[in-house]
Amino acid sequence: MTDAISVARGVSWRVLHTFFTNKAFLLPSVAFPLFFFTAFVGGLSRITQVPGFDFPAGYTAFQFVFVLLQSAAFAGVFTGFGIARDFESGFMRRLMLAAPNRSGILLGYVFSALIRWATVAAVVTIVALLAQMKIGGNGVDLFGLYALALLLNLAGTLWATGVAMRLRTQQAAPVMQMPVFLLLFFAPVYVPLNLLQGWIHGVASVNPITALLEAGRGFISGSPELALAAFAIGVGLIVGFGAWAVRGLRRAEAAG
Amino acid sequence: MEASRENSIEAHGLVREFKKGPRAVDGIDLRVDPGEIYGFLGPNGAGKSTTVHMLTTLLPPTAGTATVAGYDVVTEGPKVRKAIGAALQEAALDPFLTGREHLRLQTTMHGITGEERRERSDELLTRVGLTEAADRKVKGYSGGMKRRLDLALALVHRPRILFLDEPTTGLDVQSRTALWVEVGRLAKEEGVTVFLTTQYLEEADVLADRVGIIDHGRIVAEGTPEKLKAEIACSTVEAVPADPDQRGAVVSVLERFGEQTTGYGPGSIAVQLTSPNGNLAEIVRALDAGGVVLSQLQIHEPTLDDVFLAKTGRHLEGSGGDEEEDVEQELEPARA
Amino acid sequence: MSATALVQTAALGKRAVVRTARQPANVVFPLVFPMLLLAVNAGGLKAETRLPGFPTNSFLAFALAVPFVQGALIATINANVEFARDIQTGFLNRLALTPVRGIVLLVGQLGGLLTIAVAQAIFYLAVGVAFGVHLQSGFGGAVMLLLLEACIALAFASLGSWAALRTGSTEAVQGLFPVFFVFLFLSSMNIPRNLIQADWFRWVATVNPVSYLIEAVRALVITGWDWQTIGLGFAVAGGLSIFGFALATHALWNRLERT
Repeated sequence: MTDAISVARGVSWRVLHTFFTNKAFLLPSVAFPLFFFTAFVGGLSRITQVPGFDFPAGYTAFQFVFVLLQSAAFAGVFTGFGIARDFESGFMRRLMLAAPNRSGILLGYVFSALIRWATVAAVVTIVALLAQMKIGGNGVDLFGLYALALLLNLAGTLWATGVAMRLRTQQAAPVMQMPVFLLLFFAPVYVPLNLLQGWIHGVASVNPITALLEAGRGFISGSPELALAAFAIGVGLIVGFGAWAVRGLRRAEAAG
Repeated sequence: MEASRENSIEAHGLVREFKKGPRAVDGIDLRVDPGEIYGFLGPNGAGKSTTVHMLTTLLPPTAGTATVAGYDVVTEGPKVRKAIGAALQEAALDPFLTGREHLRLQTTMHGITGEERRERSDELLTRVGLTEAADRKVKGYSGGMKRRLDLALALVHRPRILFLDEPTTGLDVQSRTALWVEVGRLAKEEGVTVFLTTQYLEEADVLADRVGIIDHGRIVAEGTPEKLKAEIACSTVEAVPADPDQRGAVVSVLERFGEQTTGYGPGSIAVQLTSPNGNLAEIVRALDAGGVVLSQLQIHEPTLDDVFLAKTGRHLEGSGGDEEEDVEQELEPARA
Repeated sequence: MSATALVQTAALGKRAVVRTARQPANVVFPLVFPMLLLAVNAGGLKAETRLPGFPTNSFLAFALAVPFVQGALIATINANVEFARDIQTGFLNRLALTPVRGIVLLVGQLGGLLTIAVAQAIFYLAVGVAFGVHLQSGFGGAVMLLLLEACIALAFASLGSWAALRTGSTEAVQGLFPVFFVFLFLSSMNIPRNLIQADWFRWVATVNPVSYLIEAVRALVITGWDWQTIGLGFAVAGGLSIFGFALATHALWNRLERT
């Protein structure tokens, strides 16, 4: 266990050092969520006037929750891109050779994804507050919101890691990205679930991200609903993708 | 235009300076005669490719003049381009096109169309041995196949002058030899003038009628390989003591016959002999008299690397025993 | 342009198309991704049609304009990444060593890209019609739409070619994608400009040329022959094309410093 933690520290230090010292990695990670936040809040706020749109905290808070969850999931996906890059450059082989406990490699990437997301989340939160976002919930509610996002970050990281460990090429980027993108956007992104119609309503109703999104919006408006179900889904995703990632690591080990 | 100038290359005081950079080419004078293979030998960064880029009109010179096929490279660029073919350092190919499609595109760019295009493509594919692979995408080609296709593309319009910029870098021995054969044939049978840059001594030695050695943008020596080596004249003796503690003793004996030099095998002592006809027997006797035990003793004939060393005080990068003509005399690990 | 130059341009254009067609990712992604985004937005924003003053009952018809612009953007990035790779690998130098004129190299590259963009547009249009979108401008409008798409693609393509020629770097061209993406999202892509509530966003969408490209395509789909909007779209696309082409030609001149 000590070995694993030591390896994880080394791996996460290296990933975070690259992330924080390289503008090409840092800027897009921060800019994209901010951009979506700006574009959605600025462009679509009129949609709150649609009959049936009932969200007390306002459209800024409504979109903030989506952007927070999106940034969490994508911080994980971007970490997967990094793993694929490490495989292509041969750096992963160096890590595999050096690490006494290879599970530590996985742990290191997961921890670095968490720090990446925490950085982005801090910036997005500050910007949202500057944009006078209304918060109806109390401290416990907000803790619940960020905890949900954290679970999604872990799930996203483990998913992308599993793909990267299996395919070991940067060309796998769409495979990591597209399912996450689709899951996020086939949820009630722009309007509440009850305002979606037709096929998208059907898809959103069974989409696990919908539960996280609705619960998150409940937290920020101070009237949490179905929070327990959302946490259960979050934990379930982590368990499932955790197994996926560990088996991916074993496959990468077997591939040599 | 004079017939003799049609296939020739001439440069006078050619200079290329890059912004915020060094003088990549620093006043080169050269003349390549029709049908001649001119080897432009030098280490990485010496200015070989920059010279080729200027002579092929891809880069205007900062100063100096050059004519290729009798045309000025600055004022008559299009005429120069019509007369020359070039395979530059990168085998610049599109991985998603087939070999035949490359030839089709290249011929079209040269204004060759219809039946002539087809015939020329087939002829070149046969000549470079790519007929079977012609309809495969280039991304599946080996390094040697890419280089051969590169050469075929440079020849589609029957150029009178061919520029080859490090054509065999990274190739295996077989591919390298095949390319040499084809280049030699072009010069000897078709009278094509070849300007070949290389960092391989052997390539320049085997292929070139004349060699220009370039270092830091200047030509430091020029002539036939034989003439250049004859200027150096003296062989080099390389000895490896069986007992590393006897290194000093070996040095003191060998230095009586010449000046110590570097760049040979690990643990060996090399001395360039001062006398053109260095007497191996005499050296062996002297070592024996000195009580020295050797594991190996070799005598190396002068090489172009020795020429480079004599002119610049440095060895060519990558030059080593495997690229030299050695007269090797292995000795038992006993008293010499 | 002489007959030889035309043949050379066609050969270069054909090469650009063949190269794209042989990379499945470059074929599938520009077709699928805009359609996915269309599906997402058409479903998620359908409620917007209930806003007073919204110009149509079908959000799918309203949003169909977006893939045309987005597809042109993706085609531009893909083709110009390849163009930059040609510079990096020396392929452009190989072409520059032939007697072909510099402008032919650029026009051939742009021509190939335009062909790809128009083919993509036909696909988007077919998908829209298959899902029940009725083109208010009729068959003539569809032809006009493809013409407009060619102009839009030319505008982006020439700017992309400028970036490729100026930098010679695939990364730099790929870096353009987020920039284009920002322009797309800060436009009237999701809501008519007059319905944008935030003043600052309405102002940004108004000064953003991409809004006029989208609105011209949208007019042909949901309004009909609204000449003013269509004309404005063509004018913006034409202006950007001229500007981009001038920049690209200048960059080509510098890049091919041949004599």
